Amino acid sequence: MATDIQQLTQTASQVRRDILRMVHACQSGHPGGSLGCADFLVALYFEIMHHDPKFNMDGKGEDLFFLSNGHISPVFYSVLARSGYFDVKELATFRKLNSRLQGHPTTHEHLPGVRMASGSLGQGLSVAIGAALSKKLNNDTSLVFSLHGDGEIQEGQIWEAAMYAPHNKVDNLIATIDVNGQQIDGSTEQVLSLGNLRAKWEAFGWEVLEMSGNDMADVIRVLHLAKAKAFKGKPILILMQTEMGNGVDFMMHSHKWHGIAPNDEQLTNALGQLAETLGDY
Amino acid sequence: MKKYTYTEKKDTRSGFGAGLLEAGKKNKEVVALCADLTGSLKMDAFQKEFPERFFQVGIAEANMIGMAAGLTIGGKIPFTGTFANFSTGRVYDQIRQSVAYSDKNVKICASHAGLTLGEDGATHQILEDIGMMKMLPGMTVINPCDYNQTKAATIAIAEHEGPVYLRFGRPTVPVFTDPDQKFEIGKAWMVNEGTDVSIFATGHLVWKAIEAGEKLAEMGIKAEIINIHTIKPLDVQAILTSVTRTGCVVSAEEHNRLGGLGDSIAQVLAQHLPAPQEYVAVDDSFGESGTPDQLMEKYGLNSEAIVKAVQKVIARKQARG
Repeated sequence: MATDIQQLTQTASQVRRDILRMVHACQSGHPGGSLGCADFLVALYFEIMHHDPKFNMDGKGEDLFFLSNGHISPVFYSVLARSGYFDVKELATFRKLNSRLQGHPTTHEHLPGVRMASGSLGQGLSVAIGAALSKKLNNDTSLVFSLHGDGEIQEGQIWEAAMYAPHNKVDNLIATIDVNGQQIDGSTEQVLSLGNLRAKWEAFGWEVLEMSGNDMADVIRVLHLAKAKAFKGKPILILMQTEMGNGVDFMMHSHKWHGIAPNDEQLTNALGQLAETLGDY
Repeated sequence: MKKYTYTEKKDTRSGFGAGLLEAGKKNKEVVALCADLTGSLKMDAFQKEFPERFFQVGIAEANMIGMAAGLTIGGKIPFTGTFANFSTGRVYDQIRQSVAYSDKNVKICASHAGLTLGEDGATHQILEDIGMMKMLPGMTVINPCDYNQTKAATIAIAEHEGPVYLRFGRPTVPVFTDPDQKFEIGKAWMVNEGTDVSIFATGHLVWKAIEAGEKLAEMGIKAEIINIHTIKPLDVQAILTSVTRTGCVVSAEEHNRLGGLGDSIAQVLAQHLPAPQEYVAVDDSFGESGTPDQLMEKYGLNSEAIVKAVQKVIARKQARG
């Protein structure tokens, strides 16, 4: 079956609308990174991963996804809801009291689709490795995916995990870093430069791929390539170039929209740039 | 008064190693992870028997805790092993988010807890771990007292659903509990009944309390000795039943006075049954290098210290009338 890039792009447009409306409704949350990763998550959940929205924590026989940079929860929640894990109407409860859609993802409120709490950065790669090893012990040949922010890899635990996975040939793992070059206090170059990421991860022993994260055709192409490279003795790392705030002109090219919500006027402006393709929640 | 004797001394960490091997034989979902301390944790028997279920993570404790959390997805029951200091303080946030808040069935097994680590000194002698772990919602905290109890506890936690912190130690100590005991999480063990004072002891201090009880008996004091191996969930009923009878309390633990078993008991008493309490615990300080016995004496954690605390608390009870 040929991939319908146009349809995936349309889904991503709806997900971007969801992100903006969720963040606007509670006047908090992280729209910038969420918008930048919309295409990637739509590709994963609507095309790449074999997964079952009738959620089961153990996920045996399913591909698993772990969001390590938990602050981009709006895009995660929208994609989970749009792919059938829970009713899209529940997106309206994001960050509100008694909601299953906590500010950062958690298993604690039993939201289908979430297998691990994240928010405190740097922990997801270790968890993904553990889940990948569990699959190997279970003779389960499905894959484990994870997503990390580029600022997040300043955390030391990431490099502990980066060392572990190649040494132990965890080759059923595809980790992606969202390289948007931005973090809270400024650009990653200003705050703590990441250096040559390809060279660093290759030196640790990973198979490294690069992807244009806001070009749906390239996202699909590289994710298929990554799957083809699985089970060949090395863990796979995708460096995904994205634009923070992608899809909304005034949110791009800046770290300003990392963690602030649009006002009414800004929301109207932003929604005017994004087609409502699946119906707003 | 029941008389306790022993024929041999063994380290509680070896009880863990034996229990882990048995748990691994009983359930193929049991897996183990270690951060470059396999021999010290006595995990070598498990590693040898089940090499495919043993994960050597290197000196990378944060990664170990995260991996353990991930391994639960798919049904594994991971036991992590390193020293108590590196099992808790070093990885508190990983345990908090990836294990406790994520409701993961991880067993955090910690050796070389407390002063009895000995000569390595304060960098390795954690005295705050019980406090840190008991504050985490949903975490079970267990500190067994001898080889047999540690082995039984290790087997029991494999069958318990939910995160557990299991704390044990390095030195050889008397083996005096039943080798065939069934370990019940959260159920205090009545070591000796008495009417004058309740001594609630955990870990290595249980044997010290038994020794103290014999000295007290010679002085005409009938001490009730209760082993609180599970600090959380605490056996509140056992504590209240005992203190209703005795009217005063000594808590004994190889831990900081702040945040340990004594504090948990004090909270129960303050809410339900106010009574005088004395703490046998480290008085808010770090440890130092020395032999285990030297350190336990210097920091007031031996049977003489328990006897003195009993005399003091009984005097306080009598002064209240």
